[in-house]
Amino acid sequence: MTSATPRKGLLIDASRKLKFTFDGREYEGLAGDTIASALAANGEWILSRSFKYHRPRGILTMAAQDANTLVQIGNEVSVFADRHPISDGLAVRAQNVGNSARRDSGFVMNRLSRFMPVGFYYRTFYKPKGIWEKVWEPIIRAKAGLGKLDVTKPTEGYYDKAYGWYDVVVVGAGPAGMAAAIAAADAGASVLLVDENPRIGGALNYARLASERDLVNEVRGHSKIEIWTDAICNAWYADNWLPVIRGNRLYKLRAKQVIFATGLIEQPSQFRNNDLPGIMQGSAAQRLIRLFGVKPGNRAVILAANDDAYGVALDLFEAGVDLAAICDLRKAGHCGPLRSELTQRKVSILDGWCLYEARPEKGDLHVRGVELAEIDAEGTAGKRRRKIDCDLVCMSVGYVPAYQLPLQAGGKLAYDDEAVQFTIDGQDKGVLLAGSVDGFFDLDDCVAHGAAQGLAAAINCGYQSKRRPALPARDRGFPNHPCPIFPHPKGMDFVDFDEDLQVKDIKNAIADGYRELELVKRFSTVGMGPSQGRHAALATAMLVSKYTNRTISEVGVTTARPPVTTEKIATLAGRKFTPFRQTPMHEQHSAQGAAWLLAGNWLRPAYYGHERDAKRLIGEEVVNARNNVGMIDVSTLGGLDVRGPDAAEFLNRMYTFAYVKLLVGKTRYLLMTNEAGTVIDDGVACRRGENYFYVTATTTGVDRIYRNMLWWNAQWSLDVDIANVTAAYAGVNLAGPNARKVLAQLCDDIALSPQDFPYLAYREGTVASIPARVFRVGFIGELGYEIHVPSRFASELWRAIGEAGKAFGIRPFGLEAQRLMRLEKGHVIIGQDTDGMTTPEELDMSWAVANSKPFFVGKRSLEIRSKTLSSRKLVGFALDRMPTAGLQESNLVVKNGSMAGFITSIAFSPTLGKVIGLAYADRSDADLGSRIVLRASDGSEHHAQVASPHFYDPENLRQEM
Amino acid sequence: MFALLKYGFSRRYPERNEIPRTPDLRSHYDVVIIGGGGHGASLAYHLAKHHGITNVAILEKGYLGGGNTARNTTVIRSNYTDQRSIRFYAKALRLYESLANELDYNMMYSRRGQLTLSHSDGVSRSLRLRADAGDFCGEANEIVDRQQIRSLVPSLNLDIKGMPVLCGLWHPSAAIARHDAVVWGYAIRACERGVELHQRTEVLGMEVSGDRVTRLRTNRGDVSAGTVVQCVAGYSSVVAKMVGLKLPIRSYPLQAMVTHPVKPFLNPMVSSTALHCYVSQSARGELVIGGGSDPYELYNTRSTLELKEGLAASALEMFPFIGELKILRQWAGITDMTPDYSPIMGQGPLSNYWLDAGWGTWGFKATPASGFFLAKAISENRIADEIRPFQLSRFHSFDLVNEMGATAASH
Repeated sequence: MTSATPRKGLLIDASRKLKFTFDGREYEGLAGDTIASALAANGEWILSRSFKYHRPRGILTMAAQDANTLVQIGNEVSVFADRHPISDGLAVRAQNVGNSARRDSGFVMNRLSRFMPVGFYYRTFYKPKGIWEKVWEPIIRAKAGLGKLDVTKPTEGYYDKAYGWYDVVVVGAGPAGMAAAIAAADAGASVLLVDENPRIGGALNYARLASERDLVNEVRGHSKIEIWTDAICNAWYADNWLPVIRGNRLYKLRAKQVIFATGLIEQPSQFRNNDLPGIMQGSAAQRLIRLFGVKPGNRAVILAANDDAYGVALDLFEAGVDLAAICDLRKAGHCGPLRSELTQRKVSILDGWCLYEARPEKGDLHVRGVELAEIDAEGTAGKRRRKIDCDLVCMSVGYVPAYQLPLQAGGKLAYDDEAVQFTIDGQDKGVLLAGSVDGFFDLDDCVAHGAAQGLAAAINCGYQSKRRPALPARDRGFPNHPCPIFPHPKGMDFVDFDEDLQVKDIKNAIADGYRELELVKRFSTVGMGPSQGRHAALATAMLVSKYTNRTISEVGVTTARPPVTTEKIATLAGRKFTPFRQTPMHEQHSAQGAAWLLAGNWLRPAYYGHERDAKRLIGEEVVNARNNVGMIDVSTLGGLDVRGPDAAEFLNRMYTFAYVKLLVGKTRYLLMTNEAGTVIDDGVACRRGENYFYVTATTTGVDRIYRNMLWWNAQWSLDVDIANVTAAYAGVNLAGPNARKVLAQLCDDIALSPQDFPYLAYREGTVASIPARVFRVGFIGELGYEIHVPSRFASELWRAIGEAGKAFGIRPFGLEAQRLMRLEKGHVIIGQDTDGMTTPEELDMSWAVANSKPFFVGKRSLEIRSKTLSSRKLVGFALDRMPTAGLQESNLVVKNGSMAGFITSIAFSPTLGKVIGLAYADRSDADLGSRIVLRASDGSEHHAQVASPHFYDPENLRQEM
Repeated sequence: MFALLKYGFSRRYPERNEIPRTPDLRSHYDVVIIGGGGHGASLAYHLAKHHGITNVAILEKGYLGGGNTARNTTVIRSNYTDQRSIRFYAKALRLYESLANELDYNMMYSRRGQLTLSHSDGVSRSLRLRADAGDFCGEANEIVDRQQIRSLVPSLNLDIKGMPVLCGLWHPSAAIARHDAVVWGYAIRACERGVELHQRTEVLGMEVSGDRVTRLRTNRGDVSAGTVVQCVAGYSSVVAKMVGLKLPIRSYPLQAMVTHPVKPFLNPMVSSTALHCYVSQSARGELVIGGGSDPYELYNTRSTLELKEGLAASALEMFPFIGELKILRQWAGITDMTPDYSPIMGQGPLSNYWLDAGWGTWGFKATPASGFFLAKAISENRIADEIRPFQLSRFHSFDLVNEMGATAASH
């Protein structure tokens, strides 16, 4: 099948030879060859084995549209062999085969196919009970899948993303697309022309077409047209948002207007063994000849139902292929100019005949001949037969529009039962169709239609033109046969090559009651394989129509989901980007030996020192802060500036407490509930001025809270400005009995005495000469100052405090020590001690809810919820020592065989010398001294005594010092 | 197996016609079920099988099982937080385990186990709560450490940059199944017992008189019913509105995608709480990848690029070798989210109108149990104890069944 003379083709360079391997065997190809074309040039036609029956499969379309050509390269599975270029050393393997595509032990499945009717797996393998899981499922699962991934090889290569904006994006650089691009660009629009092929031109490059205009060079010479080849527009998303893949880059384009000139997808005919290697679309043969200089066979039978078939025949003839016969499904009377040329060459043409069966070589490795049958009055294969030897069958029986993108853009596919073709209508208003995808089949009509749509798109973009779009009539040359399906009693007449589905499978699915097209699809899996029904959808619709006595329009057609064709996960993922945040003191913590902990996106010191000493170090940090003085980086705490005449009113509505009467220079606790009255955040409000609050929020909550605030105020329209200043301010909490002494060394413009700067007061001044917001709060229960400064000075602040504290033995403490100390103090952490249902009442925090206010978010719900209180409360509890089973946060609190609640916080308190914790318990057990039952993860139960959660310094003498 | 051999050697295909042709719509039925998805079919089956109620019509606006039954990612599990939910979903799981034999239809129930990954202390706490709660209710659940995770899923990347895996929740009885087969099996066996399935029959409106629904208007004529049940996940609010009922539901699209099929390498379902992504490998060998709902409400099953990009990036973090694996298809369903992430079952204010709604992302896994308990309740005209916590009235009393933590990243 190989020609001895050097190959000549549009895409190949005969002077550059390349060597590659397929299934371990070395082949030589030419630069520009695809894997499939290079193998074909070497006489190797088998590219894959089918999914179920392991039948040999080869070139069907040469257009990267079918599963027959899927091969594996390295860890990339399902590569289109008829699109992927060869390169020196490229190692290609067949998928889903025993050893190679040519020799596949799995072919035994072909013999078993008669025992596998459609949907057989729904009816078998489950009796007796248990046998499915034990025996059958593992066997069937092992059969699944095509390619095989090496899980030890991480994906390499650089993948990224880029963005682009155009007036008009034209998808498809065939005659219509090129004409559209030129017309739009002529009218002044910026145009991007996208085509998945290596060269623009579309069917002009491979089909027997001659255009008066040199569209390819007009496009290339146009300054307003940008051309992207090897570029796949893989979807349409709302508002003309187009993902276009070029190599490893995903371009995301926004276009004012999109023109889909996506063309047609040629459809196969159904007859016995229509899947043999050597049987291909007419357009595939033309592509092999014109693009790659590969002779598709030596002796051909052509199955025709339109005039394009005669173009194929002439091309084959000119390429030196013997024409054994042309079998035209149509009755006599089709006499185009191409046909006349063939009759002059004495080619045998059989009108009104169909292809009934293809006869295979041994092992079904290639087509060896065909049996033709005269079509009878019922439109089926009649008694008159004729056998012909051949090694090539080309089918040109009809097309469907490449409807995927138009349908994603909202287009509806309908079927014109008279013109026997799909039509598309109703797509998004920013989307135009051009050429054959919209039902224009004549070349001149396609060009005229493309030009008209291109101009229309430019005008829609706002460009002026004296010319008006002139649409051609849609009435010439319908190329589709109404039903090129000729079932064979022995089957193997494939409707879906991907899934190995035969005509009888569709028929039987319907006979079983799965009459709706979608049920047929789901029951038989037709159209669910890698080619997503490109070559099966029409035939399936025809069969469903036939066997349910409905028209194809009544049957309906299936939907099209993105993507159009394959896209790699890595392409979609792009560069890995996992953001995390560091405070301005990060390097200092590192130098001090911090062990890191992730809080939201923030890296925070958990404690300072080595992991093996964690427990001891945390204990020491606690003891030093309790007895001496400690410092902790609190920069991650959310900060919000709330300013304006309505600032106090705004806080009154957002939070449960009351803020209107809060004095300037004072702070007040903030508790936020959602509309259901559930606690969602807390913090502190500092009144800087009459109309200016500095508000803190939890580290992980602040972004959500800020969004919430904007959302609410969009409705309230209060005169207030809200700014998220979290990153602008950094903070240090200086805490411990010696905190005042340390601060006194750094601060001379704020009076620090307890009378001048009492607990809960707010002051502004300088600390270590840095302008600072200073307030006294007591999260850990010691005398403490929260010092917030602009982030750029934070590092200096941390250094200065550490320096000043040296004399007092200051040491930094991490999040673990802070959590422990707040637990000793009985302060809740929102998110840890609360869940999606917690009310302030359950937390004993009704003191922070100002019921007298006319409104706050959640007030109405809390009023309802206060009438029938929940069954649980958050209680403190204590144990003398940790049980050996170990109790952990989230262990259950059980009562009478039921879950009453769970532990939210638990730790050994070095200060108190016992295990303390917080837990939700049954409300009836909330009284001090009650006993609750804690259930460890191993199921053991442990009694604990309910205690005041304020384990440490319950009178607050220390923090209010 | 015998049946296959018989078929193989016979010439005729045994035309089963197991989904009957849509019959003429009669004027009255004892029970009309709006919605021919998994839940509607399961309800019809249980009414007919256990309660002798067979004068039942299922009205389906499209085709059998064409709504969210066709669009979910088929996760079946019981590892919830609240004991009321755990017991309900556990019942569903038990029913699923024997469903093929019960319905004489193989839905290819596949016990895979589900691994939920924690990347933070907070999530670790919530996973432990689910593990302990499940264990307490007799449902197998445990916290597994990194070493155990490695042996469960050797190919999983535990050292995801910035968010290393700390621990996981392992739920060994979690499973997947062929979702379409579930609805087909129920519908076929319901129809065998006399239930009528009306495909392409859309309810356009309903008439209410006093506290009863008196008439349903459809595109194929009017019909009345003793009892009406709505099982229309994705459109619960829309249908409830036809009887003047406002449900506490917000509807969000939920998207998912599958890759090209590859040979099996992943047995359990794996979900990452921080990456908001879950991955499983179907019986066909495709990777099924899903995540959280879309951020805004919409009655539209369109797909978006951004969600797909995010899911792809997350899946690649978890399994760094799948970069060159290709996406085959993405799709979307509509999830009816309730404030507490639990369903609504039972009667509303109308005496003959029952709700099976608010199924968010947890509808498929509940299919056998919702039908089982609702059928019992409808036949006795009294809410069954097992679904009492899930009545609509809970939103008035705030006696909610909070499952937010157990539904966020894994459906």
